[in-house]
Amino acid sequence: MKENYFFQTEGLSVGYHNKVLIRDISFGIKKGEILTLIGPNGSGKSTILKSITKQLSAIKGVVYLDKKNLYQLSSRETAKKLSVVLTERIKPEMMTCEEVVSSGRYPYTNQFGTLTKRDHKVVMEALEKVHAIELKDKEFTDISDGQRQRILLARAIAQEPEVIVLDEPTSFLDIKHKIELLSILSEMAKEKQITVIMSLHEIDLAPKISDRIMCVNGEVIERFGTPEEIFTEKIIRELYSMQEGSYNMLFGSVELKKPSGSPSVFVIAGGGYGIPIYRKLQKQGISFYTGILHDNDIDYQVASSLASEVFVEKAFMPIREELIKKGQIAIKNCEFVYEAGTPIGDFNRANLELLTYAKALGKIRNEKDALKVQRSKNN
Amino acid sequence: MREEIRQQVRYQIVFLLLLSLVVVALILNINTGSISISPLRIFRIVFLSAESGSTESNIIWKIRLPRLLAAAVLGGGLSVSGFLLQTFFRNPIAGPFVLGISSGAKMFVGFVMVILLNYVPQIPVAVVVLASFVGSLLSMGIVLLFSRKVRSMSMLLVIGIMIGYICSAVTDFMITFARESDIANLTHWSMGSFSGMNWTNLRIATILILIAVGITFFISKPLGAYQLGEGYAQSMGINIKWFRILIITLSSLLSACVTAFAGPISFVGIAVPHITKLMVKTAKPMIVIPATFLCGAVFCMFCDLIARTAFSPIELSIGTVTAAFGAPVVIWLMAKRQSK
Repeated sequence: MKENYFFQTEGLSVGYHNKVLIRDISFGIKKGEILTLIGPNGSGKSTILKSITKQLSAIKGVVYLDKKNLYQLSSRETAKKLSVVLTERIKPEMMTCEEVVSSGRYPYTNQFGTLTKRDHKVVMEALEKVHAIELKDKEFTDISDGQRQRILLARAIAQEPEVIVLDEPTSFLDIKHKIELLSILSEMAKEKQITVIMSLHEIDLAPKISDRIMCVNGEVIERFGTPEEIFTEKIIRELYSMQEGSYNMLFGSVELKKPSGSPSVFVIAGGGYGIPIYRKLQKQGISFYTGILHDNDIDYQVASSLASEVFVEKAFMPIREELIKKGQIAIKNCEFVYEAGTPIGDFNRANLELLTYAKALGKIRNEKDALKVQRSKNN
Repeated sequence: MREEIRQQVRYQIVFLLLLSLVVVALILNINTGSISISPLRIFRIVFLSAESGSTESNIIWKIRLPRLLAAAVLGGGLSVSGFLLQTFFRNPIAGPFVLGISSGAKMFVGFVMVILLNYVPQIPVAVVVLASFVGSLLSMGIVLLFSRKVRSMSMLLVIGIMIGYICSAVTDFMITFARESDIANLTHWSMGSFSGMNWTNLRIATILILIAVGITFFISKPLGAYQLGEGYAQSMGINIKWFRILIITLSSLLSACVTAFAGPISFVGIAVPHITKLMVKTAKPMIVIPATFLCGAVFCMFCDLIARTAFSPIELSIGTVTAAFGAPVVIWLMAKRQSK
């Protein structure tokens, strides 16, 4: 408790029926920060979220919200400070979206739940915040998944909390709605200084929205830090125990498994022209060489995940003669050489040499042929 | 805002309609029977205590009025019990009868009757109510136990119906081996009827049911939050554990009361809350609870009227009539759910 954290746990052990699933969770985040929990299915992300929202009682440890022990706050006080968006899919019959959002005013209204002018105003503002004013008179069960999620977020906002906890808020949404929802969260965190704690499955989106990342996998939390610290190929691969496929830190994207076997194709590429061909070859399970690329080339990011071997030169350096030789040997062993269509300039002139060499051997196929590989193979 | 005003007007119209239906049902019920009595005389007998000692006065005060009021109060209570169970199980087809709760109460009451009648000539009402309550809670407990195992709503109903069958089987078994003299009593009661209600019993039933319905109305706000699911309800500050116990106790008490005095009555608990919600076009407990109570009162009074008069002088059991009107509503509900 020395540091100035707004939301903090100390030695928190969580689990069901007194069986510890994850122990000694200690972390802290500042007001207005976004913390995202990532990790494989069933790793306990929801269990942690349920424990810090008191849905589940913690087995050991303390949660502090604004220096107060959350477990000692009354449920009404807690409700005024912390609201949730759950994975539980609800089907309230005959309730309009406005009524669902209004339920967020619960901790503030009187015994009969009468809404005051101010309550109505807060509800309207919340609906506006999630761009859902036009949904207010619609029945909650009649709207789409994306709209529902926004209404539930509005409900959480109407509770005027200091912390919002969301369990996989983007799970059922298409990409447009995912981005929309995360943008609203990000805005809220910045403008209203609302602290956001959530779990996400989208490791491509997580680093873009979060200030802190927690990796949940196994009995203890091994990693907690900034997205820059966490999102490296090694950590992500370990976290999700990916034996196949790979994670690209710069793109934040995932590539599937590298084709196995000895390469039968050489792709002369560069400048992004190679990527579609690499992916096409991967889908057909054809292993390949590619080159000659500089290590700052965009093609290199994907090539290093998918190619059996990449002929690579250091950035901004002229291509060494021995690399060209190696390339030529590779071409000699290949069935075909694909020309991705990369323009040739001063720095990659070596590729021209490879092209000429391949032409002489009659192995050249152009980019269009490359994309037809599948058909000819099947015939 | 305009939508809100429209809703307010709708509530007022529905309540006015239900109240006038209550009045109509009251008059019709007192008026109709083997001896029909004109509304004017009814008014004089009931409100001015005129003609005391006459046959008409006796019929009204000793037979028709207690029976009628019992139908109203018990019908209302049963409907509110159904509403509570539907909210609790988040299942529109839940109700005290289909979940086997009424049958559990019936079995327990039957059991207590068969045993106690060996020792005492008349069983105190309190004992019957208590037995019924214990039986309700017991069946409810079994249903709850299974509700943790089965996620699907229809499976829960199947389990409830099976529990109902088991309890009925046990009751039949007891009836088979009961003394001749008890059988008439027991068989009649186990079929369900509002007849034979006296003022003492009516008073007890009314007090119990009004207390339970009153408490239910006072927890409208948390009930509304509970409709969003337990997770959300808790996040809004509701103590779920206690709230669950409260709902179960209230719904069991209500249906136990009805079973103790009138025997098991089917389908009222499911059908009435739905008819009500369709009328008020909302599920807000604050509105639905009083409306359901009124609607249940009207529904049961009319059903009892039909039970009494349709094949007069032969009387139908109340369950026969309520099933005839209630079961189609349930079929319609299930079909509607499937198509959604």
